[in-house]
Amino acid sequence: MTINLDWGIFLQESPTGDGPYWTMLATGLQWTLATALTGWAIALLVGSIVGVLRTVPYRPLALLGDAYVEVFRNIPLLVQLFFWFFVWPELLPAEIGRWMKQDMPYPEFITAALGLGWFTAARVAEQVKSGILSLPRGQKNAALALGFSLPQTYRLVILPQAFRVVIPPLTSEFMNIFKNSAAALAIGLTELTFQMKQMVEYSNEVIVSIAAATVLYMMLAFAVNRGMAWLEKKARVPGMIGGGR
Amino acid sequence: MIQIEKVSKWYGQFQVLADCSTQVSKGEVVVVCGPSGSGKSTLIKCVNGLEPFQAGSIIVDGISVGDPKTNLPRLRSKVGMVFQHFELFPHLSITENLCLAQVKVLGRSMDEAHQKGLQLLDRVGLKAQAAKFPGQLSGGQQQRVAIARALAMDPIAMLFDEPTSALDPEMINEVLDVMTELAQEGMTMMCVTHEMGFARRVASRVIFMDHGQIVEDAGKDEFFGAPHSERAQQFLSKILQH
Repeated sequence: MTINLDWGIFLQESPTGDGPYWTMLATGLQWTLATALTGWAIALLVGSIVGVLRTVPYRPLALLGDAYVEVFRNIPLLVQLFFWFFVWPELLPAEIGRWMKQDMPYPEFITAALGLGWFTAARVAEQVKSGILSLPRGQKNAALALGFSLPQTYRLVILPQAFRVVIPPLTSEFMNIFKNSAAALAIGLTELTFQMKQMVEYSNEVIVSIAAATVLYMMLAFAVNRGMAWLEKKARVPGMIGGGR
Repeated sequence: MIQIEKVSKWYGQFQVLADCSTQVSKGEVVVVCGPSGSGKSTLIKCVNGLEPFQAGSIIVDGISVGDPKTNLPRLRSKVGMVFQHFELFPHLSITENLCLAQVKVLGRSMDEAHQKGLQLLDRVGLKAQAAKFPGQLSGGQQQRVAIARALAMDPIAMLFDEPTSALDPEMINEVLDVMTELAQEGMTMMCVTHEMGFARRVASRVIFMDHGQIVEDAGKDEFFGAPHSERAQQFLSKILQH
């Protein structure tokens, strides 16, 4: 049996009229990048806030944080994306719902970025919380004893240490968000996996198409990994966790 | 300066402080000792509101610590505290450790804070370590920096919570020397410690606690000469053997 692989396929015009096949994948890559990076920004911001809330000495706020994590971590990402895309606009006042369905720009992208961001935020919150709890209790007391308010204590003393502790698990989450962004094809976002499927259908070059997408995903993950390793090194403090290496 | 009036505290059903009353006047050095679990650390943490208490009152410089309307951060910024495990901020250099609260809490300029910090660092004999990080210093050095950090806030009183318990024997003295000097300069101090030599040298009074109660509260000479309570006698006979 011989397998014929046409590696020149990328330069051929696609029948969609969007130019050669490689531009199809390039567009997909762009949407994947845009979705994952926007989602990550949301995840970091929301996740940090929720993670902090879960450790503050005010029970209602801590419960609110816990509830967020329970909801967003326990429902499959795909279901969450379907919910935000198809169900959520129906639950809003008619005017807003109609706007979301008809006039909102880039509805698939916005929904995917937000959905992915909120889903990942729950996981980031879990990491941030464990980072905070890993610090000696005395650090908080020492900061308070110097006269810092609780928000100052978090901002100046606890979080700078906690984030250093959780850079490795956050790296995993950052890589995950790129891979998870593939789920957005289910709501019609023309991201990399979506475009890969298109290419398979139009060109019939199954192996070549999937191989190309695989390589692109691997490159993304590798870039994230290297970038975070650089950050970890930059943030390293002599005599602190891992600083001795 | 510090008035502690019938303070009680419970963790659930368990009473950790029972009707504790004492006071520390301006310029006084009061040493708090007692077996572990007797509530001495808890008591000293109540003084600056790091631990809440359920009954009684603590007045520091005319301000009630337990009053929910009290601006605790403001009060704490005037009372220095030194901890058993130093608690320098490991992600900041020694200089930054000394300056952070001066700038962010007291609103001093970076220059002013820097000058003050270095002056105090020099005083505890560690000027050469200014650019290092806490993890690069020995325990004794870290504790001296921690004392300098507290002093940088120009405190009206200092609280010490077992400042030498986590140190190697060789390093205990370098910390006690700094504390002794501070006491001789007239700083108001409340020290939880087992260092009876230090107590003999500089204490005005010694408080002995057991099971959450202040069992003995006496002048230094009286305490070491003829303690009233049997429990304090026992304690002293055990730790003064060596």
